[in-house]
Order: sequence, then structure tokens, then C-alpha cells
Amino acid sequence: MSKSITAKGLNVYYGDFLAVEGVNIKIAARSVTAFIGPSGCGKTTFLRTLNRMHEVLPGARVEGELLLDEDNIYGTGVDPVTVRSMVGMVFQRPNPFPTMSIRDNVLAGYKLNGARLSRGQADNIVEKALRRANLWNEVKDRLDRPGSGLSGGQQQRLCIARTVAVEPDVILMDEPCSALDPISTLAIEDLISELKEKYTVVIVTHNMQQAARVSEKTAFFNIAGTGKPGKMIEYDDTSVIFNNPANEQTERYVSGKFG
Amino acid sequence: MPQQTKTKSPSPQQNGRPDPEADGVDLGWEIDPQELIRPRSIKGNVLPRWFLPVTAAVGVVVGFALSYLINGFSVNYALWFIFAAVVFIVTSYVVTRQQLNKRKATDGLWRNLVYIAFALALIPLISVIWSVTADGFQGISRLSFWTEDMSQNAAQSRERQIHEGERPMGGGVLHAIIGSLMITLLATVISVPIGLLTSIYLVEYSRGGPLSRGITFFVDVMTGIPSIVAGLFGAAAVQMILGIGNQFGLWSYGPGNYRMGLTAAVALCVLMIPVVVRTTEEMLRVVPNELREASYALGVRKWRTILKVVIPTAISGIAAGVTLAIARVIGETAPILLTAGMLNRVNWDLFTDAMMTLPVYIYWTFTHPIGVGELSYLSEQRAWGAALVLIMIVMALNLIARIIAHVFAPKKTGR
Repeated sequence: MSKSITAKGLNVYYGDFLAVEGVNIKIAARSVTAFIGPSGCGKTTFLRTLNRMHEVLPGARVEGELLLDEDNIYGTGVDPVTVRSMVGMVFQRPNPFPTMSIRDNVLAGYKLNGARLSRGQADNIVEKALRRANLWNEVKDRLDRPGSGLSGGQQQRLCIARTVAVEPDVILMDEPCSALDPISTLAIEDLISELKEKYTVVIVTHNMQQAARVSEKTAFFNIAGTGKPGKMIEYDDTSVIFNNPANEQTERYVSGKFG
Repeated sequence: MPQQTKTKSPSPQQNGRPDPEADGVDLGWEIDPQELIRPRSIKGNVLPRWFLPVTAAVGVVVGFALSYLINGFSVNYALWFIFAAVVFIVTSYVVTRQQLNKRKATDGLWRNLVYIAFALALIPLISVIWSVTADGFQGISRLSFWTEDMSQNAAQSRERQIHEGERPMGGGVLHAIIGSLMITLLATVISVPIGLLTSIYLVEYSRGGPLSRGITFFVDVMTGIPSIVAGLFGAAAVQMILGIGNQFGLWSYGPGNYRMGLTAAVALCVLMIPVVVRTTEEMLRVVPNELREASYALGVRKWRTILKVVIPTAISGIAAGVTLAIARVIGETAPILLTAGMLNRVNWDLFTDAMMTLPVYIYWTFTHPIGVGELSYLSEQRAWGAALVLIMIVMALNLIARIIAHVFAPKKTGR
């Protein structure tokens, strides 16, 4: 079910521009890993390479190896669409499909792929996914209403429900709480710690307290200057990163001396 | 550390305003905004709400008086409008300047000029609708106008009988309505798939390469093609295809038999495709990229994403754009005159024989009235009636476009 991720010497390019350089990281299965660092340092870019969403942008490409358990997802003959069905993603801004009801939004992964579900199967999936996203009690009476009618935090949890409904091996979250209020943020943080029982979770965040609260391991990314590639500076247990980092840049960042 | 301050993270700005000493530029904080832009009190800086309508009314009345006097005690609408506009603008400017200040007066002056321009643009529009309705109403108020074609009435003697009251008014536009709708429908059926697929290519597949730039350029050129050229193209293209079909024995059309509904539809396509491409492209572009990414992240293939996420999200705009494109070509005259020609009876067959359409009917009935001399008013009545029908169809199409846009729009309930 849940899979580990290993990057070996990963370089990420936008056209000729090297955006992220030489990332080596090993993310264990059933864990929460946080990526922190200043804006523009390549956290999100690197995150998007983990399910090949990166190459949706024109000219974007990747060098190096990225293993999902033992399989290189950038190997020859690998279909990016298959990778994305194994590695789900939650985006910074809640993006439920505006044309669909709450129920259809949860089932989007099936419906958009043309899968035929019986009424019972569909109900089952919807309830399970919404319960797992801690949203069931709030929306169970209005499943046929449009998803865009929910509050921002509810929409984001709907997006998480949509992602877990297709049972991915890994869930990537790109600053999932940056557009939300503290209460919704708390709901999603609780959810993340529940999700790690079943999934490998990787989360990008600007909020260092959040990283400290939810993650077991933390990777710190930094950039030497505009136009230079971002790099992973340090990767260790979250407690080590925040209390006793090995690198001076990490120390300065987590103690709030810059950024 | 210089390397760290160069990152995109906000540089330290303690009190929210940039520190002038840091970048060495004098930002001029000693300027007193009170002197330049800020009034000294918060009251007494607005004119009462009734000021604008009252000034406008004064303008209309004084303008009427002035134009009445200058024009030798008779009404001249153009002069009236000009004097009213001038009086309105000058009065409101002077009063505002006196009561408030110069800045507000200038603001009001430009706003009033915009109002006048709006009224000016509205005049021809209302005038057209008014005159067509007034002249065409008599035509369309008879039932025979809607249920008859012209095959029974194309004779001078008939018109004479009608004129002398021996026979009720006869002859209608049924054949033209049928022809217009059939030809436009066929043109829509041909152009919408081509236009929609082209815009999907432009928005979803092309990455700004020479092909997409070429398509965009030629679509722009096509929007400017004179419609008569489109008609010539339709006639030539269909003649060529008919000739090829004749050679292979698929059908046998004699020379000159290109005159049919299909040919007109092909000509209209040339005018319609660029409009469809342009509007649907616009609509597809405004679909947020986040929705595409959300779909990709669920492991959905590109064509399914386009079919099930992008197009449903944009469908209201696409439908409205297509309807407007139809409205644009349904009034075309020249290309249809050249391709479908004219006929005075109902023809349901798009593939044989000429077809009458409303614009051609209007043109022909005006320029070649059946009854000459004092009888020509009967043909003119029919032509005005047909013009009113055409305007009604275009209005109905615009209304339908709005309804479609409203019905298909993504549902939004309040948060």
C-alpha cells in the first residue's frame, strides 16, 4: 500500500534553467516528511517532480533517479499518468471541480477515468473518503450541492478526500493550509497525522510550527541567490532540525534570523 | 549576510514604510498630502444626489428652447440634442467648480462626456429598432406572411388585385425563414466541431510553436475576409468537389448546379469558423490551470481532462460564443446570394436547387418589387416584415445565448 521514496542526484530543470540541484533523500513509507525553506528555493518544484506533475509545464524536465519503492518513476517506459494515480497531490489553493457536486468531486478520480461504479460502491467510497478527511459529518446532508459552496477549509478537506478516494501510495501536499484559517489548519493537521497510518505524506510548508507539529522528518531547502539553483541543505529528524541542526543556514532559518 | 537578503523573502521593513536611508533615495515624506489631495474637512465635499438628473433636465429644456428659437420656431432633433448636451456639460462643470473644486469639476466633465457618448451610440440602435418595428409590423401581423411563400404571388396582376381590395394580402417569408434556418444550421454543424477542435489544439496542446502562431495569424486574417470573398470561395470549392464526385461517379451534378444550400453553408463556414475559434479559445483559456492540475494529479489522462473538466467548465461560454457566431452569419447577404441564390418557393433540400434566405429576400424584394409603380408598396411591406423577422431571430439568438450561459454556468452557492 504505502511506498517509500528515494531520490538519487535529482536535478530539476525549467528549460535550460536548473531550478533544483542534486537532491538525495530517502523518505520512509508511512511517515510525514516536511519540506521547509524560503520562497523560491525549490521545495514545491521538487515536490512536483515526485508525481511527475512537474513536466506538465512546457520545457520542464528532470535528471537523475527517483524511486518509488524500487521502481524508477523516471525510467524508460513509465507512463506519467500511472505514476500520478499512485502519488496523489493536494494543492496550495483548494481546487474542487466547480461543475461537480460534493459527491462527484470525491468520486472524480473514478468518474473522470471512466470507471463504472454501482450506486453502493460509489456511496461506500464517498463515505469512506469523506470520513477519512474528517468532512463527512459536515457535508453528509448536502452531498449533491456544488463543492464550491463549501468554506475554504472544507474545500481543502474535500480535495484531500478526493485524493484519498483513489487510494494512492503517497500523498503530496503543497502548502495545504496557507489559504486557511487556524481552525481549518488544525483540522487538516489532525488529518495529516491520521493519514500517515496508511499513506506516505510529504508536505511543503512555510509554517515552521506546522512542520514541527506534524512531521517526523524535515528537509530544509535553500537557495544561494536569484538565478542560482535551490538545494536541499539538511534532512534529518524534525526534532534535530529544529533543536540541534548540523548546518548553520538551517539554524539561522529555523530560529527566525532570516526569512 | 548579503546572499540571504537576496532571496525573495521580504526584506525587513519594521514600520511598514521603506526606510529612506537604506536605499539612499529621498522619498519626500515632508510633502503634506493636505495641500495636494486631501480636503480639510470630511463634510461638504459632495453635491446632492439630485444634482445630475436636474442638470440633465435643465439641459434638455434649455436645449429645446435654444434649438426651437434658432431653427425658426420648429423642432430639429439633432440641434436639440447638441444644445442639450452642451448646456448639460457646461452647467454641471461650472456649478461643480464653483461649489466644490477644479478636480471634481474635471472628473464630472469627463464622466458627463462619457454619458453623452453613450447616448450618442444608443441613438442609431434605437432608431433602427424603432423604424424596422414600425415599418415591419404591418407585414408580420398577417398570418399569411408566416405560412406562405412567394410562389403564388409573384405576378403583377395579383398585386393589382390586392391593391384594389379584390383579394387579401398574400405572399410571405416561410420559404426564406426555412432556408435561413437550414443553411445556418448546416453551417453551424460544420463549423462548430472544426472551430472547437482548433481552439482546443491552440489552448491545450500547442506550446506556442510555429503551427499555433500560424493558426492564430490565419484565424485573425479570416475574421477580416470580406463576406463576398467567402461566397466566391464556397462556390468554387463546392464546384470543385462536385466535379471530382462526378468523375468518380459518386453523383452527377451538371455544370452550374452548385447553387444549393450546402454551398451557402460552406461559404458561411469560412465566416463562422474564425469567430468560433476566437470565442471558444478565450473561454478555454480562462479555465483555471488548477483544475487541469487537479485532474492530472488524480491520474486522469489529458483527453479525459479536456473532455470532462475543461469543456464542462467552459461550456457556458462556448455555447454563448457559438450562438453569437450564428447570429453573426445569419444576416449575411452577399455570400448567400452568390451560392444559394434565390427561389420563391419552399425548398427543404439542402443538396438540390437554390434556397431563399431572409437577407436575400429583403434585398431582392426591395430592389425588384413585383408590382411596379404604385403597387411597389406591397413588396416593401413584405421586405420590412422580413427585416423585422431577421432582427427578431438575432435577438432571440442573443437571448438564448444568455440563457444558455446562465443555465450551464458552474453552480455557485454562497459560502
